[in-house]
Amino acid sequence: MKHLLSTADLSRADAVHVLDTAAEMAATQSREIKKLPTLRGRTVVNLFFEDSTRTRISFETAAKRLSADVINFSAKGSSVSKGESLKDTALTLQAMGADAVVCRHQASGAPHLLAHAGWLDAAVVNAGDGTHQHPTQALLDAFTLRRHLVGGAQGPTAGSGSDLAGLHVAVVGDVLHSRVARSNVSLLTTLGARVTLVAPPTLVPVGVEAWPCDVSYDFDGTLADGKPDAVMMLRVQRERMSGGGGFFPSPLEYSRAYGLDARRLATLPDHAIVMHPGPMNRGLEISADAADSPRAVIVEQVANGVAVRMAVLYLLLEGNR
Amino acid sequence: MSHTDQGTRVPPEPHPANGANGSVVLGHAEIQRALTRIAHEIVERNKGVADVVLLGIPSRGVPLARRLAERLATIEPAGAPVGSLDVTMYRDDLRSHPTRAIGRTDVPGTGIDGKVVVLVDDVLYSGRTIRAALDALSDLGRPRAVQLAALVDRGHRELPIRADFVGKNLPTAHTERVRVRLTETDGEDAVLIESGEGTR
Repeated sequence: MKHLLSTADLSRADAVHVLDTAAEMAATQSREIKKLPTLRGRTVVNLFFEDSTRTRISFETAAKRLSADVINFSAKGSSVSKGESLKDTALTLQAMGADAVVCRHQASGAPHLLAHAGWLDAAVVNAGDGTHQHPTQALLDAFTLRRHLVGGAQGPTAGSGSDLAGLHVAVVGDVLHSRVARSNVSLLTTLGARVTLVAPPTLVPVGVEAWPCDVSYDFDGTLADGKPDAVMMLRVQRERMSGGGGFFPSPLEYSRAYGLDARRLATLPDHAIVMHPGPMNRGLEISADAADSPRAVIVEQVANGVAVRMAVLYLLLEGNR
Repeated sequence: MSHTDQGTRVPPEPHPANGANGSVVLGHAEIQRALTRIAHEIVERNKGVADVVLLGIPSRGVPLARRLAERLATIEPAGAPVGSLDVTMYRDDLRSHPTRAIGRTDVPGTGIDGKVVVLVDDVLYSGRTIRAALDALSDLGRPRAVQLAALVDRGHRELPIRADFVGKNLPTAHTERVRVRLTETDGEDAVLIESGEGTR
């Protein structure tokens, strides 16, 4: 596989292989010398047309830990603000000899275009496109789930070789605008987990009945009946809510019905973990009690993101094809 | 992202020893005797096992290192800690092979600073794996000395590297393929030479 554009392209074996590679990468990150020589001489371009903190820093850290040269490109302060097209930007990167392009774009499908239009020889990694996919986020979520809930051991290599068979994951919140939810539904079900999407009807996308998951409008009911092993809270993406909203009556009402607070936290099974892809709206989809509780693995998700992205860059860039 | 584990060493698929075009050069008993001798040589060279740490190179160096550790423990009851050292991310030939799966690095709790590290591998050939292992070691710490034990030395070195302990020197042609099979990974103990198809 040359590019990583969507988790729907990954077979179960591919996905487990990425997670196992990430586990070995994570094990190297507890050493005194964290840098590995593996991608020496390779160039990774972070091509970010949309704001991002953790994803860009995570990819940059991952590439640097593997000794690749990293070039950061953000649309602000570049010729894109003068009207340069995606094609001309891609041709520029090609001329500069990029080996991998990590692309985030507000338009769904932009990384796919970069990968397949013939402008670039580089491997393309989708770092989030519109409301479509964010595959490395889903992979790091799967890695975090496996590490905590599979195999019964602790440490970075817990659960190596296993999938997520038998786990139940509730994905709660703004599914409509969430590429994280879409990526997770396909990846987690490929890995054998059961996914329940929980959202108000206004934030459930049209066509969701074709997705391989259950849909519920009732958070409390899902917690009581489904006994999820993990609850993944999604950010309410107000910047994507055109016309200023209308998706729910008020933040308070949203929070009452779909927020994870101390009361709902207490109803979770003892082993269950709380996840959030960040950035969090504290007080809206997740309360401070839940975000800071010992079962929240939100900060660990960020650390795991580096290992997963190291694995993806290694698998895409090394080996002859 | 294919995950084939091919390389200079042997693919993991089970493969009958007497099948194909391989001739057996070492059997179970010879392998065991060679390891016993290497264990004694390690003790002799290092005047005991006080600071010795055995690190096997995946995949087949790891069970060999464990077997050596068992023998060391019978010679010197204190024994020596054993671990594994994956060198994949330090190789210089990553781009000329299909993507390699990354193995496990597991350094014993004693660490390697100031220790005598004995690297254990199945076949010593070009020396490039050992070159990568030396780089990997230097990122993990600073051993007092590094020694190398190989079950088979088949010659054709491409780097100035030699083994301190060798189970068997096996003169081979470049085109031949040396295949080591171990009970732990392949269900039987055997070293085979196959007249190769020019692959290495």
